[in-house]
Amino acid sequence: MDFNKDLDARGLNCPLPILRTKKTLNEMASGEVLRVIATDPGSVKDFAAFAKQTGNELLSSSEGGGEFTFFIKKK
Amino acid sequence: MDEKKLAIIATKGTLDWAYPPFILASTAAALGYETQIFFTFYGLQLLKKDVSDLKVSPLGNPGMPMKMPFGPKWFRDINWNIPNAVQAIVPGYESLATTLMKMTIKNNGVATIPELRSLCQEADVKFIACQMTVELFGFEHSDFISGIEFGGAATFFEFAGETDICLFI
Repeated sequence: MDFNKDLDARGLNCPLPILRTKKTLNEMASGEVLRVIATDPGSVKDFAAFAKQTGNELLSSSEGGGEFTFFIKKK
Repeated sequence: MDEKKLAIIATKGTLDWAYPPFILASTAAALGYETQIFFTFYGLQLLKKDVSDLKVSPLGNPGMPMKMPFGPKWFRDINWNIPNAVQAIVPGYESLATTLMKMTIKNNGVATIPELRSLCQEADVKFIACQMTVELFGFEHSDFISGIEFGGAATFFEFAGETDICLFI
């Protein structure tokens, strides 16, 4: 999937992946896509909840090799 | 949709209890909540310029696992069940436990308190220090970080009365 910006949140624990994501999205334009890679298992539910509450769209959420990858489209 | 609001009262001044208010406030701010934290009694310690002396005490805290943050896995898995009487009498026990806790925090990629506190401030979380406790404990306004307000219970209710969520920690 194409993306405009990449955020490496590996090794970070709650709530840092969400906080860094929010900060990065603030610097992006509406409609742009952010890719986030995290290792915190709690992030799967957290990113879904973040998207639901902020209106930014979670395009995909996947897992592989102990890493979680999220694509988020800015509102 | 109107902006949601969260108010937190932070009353604890230890390293472990410093986490919940800052984690919840920074996350709420990221979710678009207007957020305020009212720091009272021991919670004032969390607003001091230097928070490196915040400690965690395992004494009388049976819920706290005592595991070593270093060494081979079998060693790290041991839960050191040290009796309260021993903890109380060993000089520097609390400092040792705090050092080990800080190592564990770092190993787990958990943010430090100064880091979470600045993230809150960057996200416009409003900090209010209880003026009565400042005087009661003999603190000066200069002991605290900048960008905070000083107020009393009525100041807290002015905002808390309009919130969606209000927590006492």
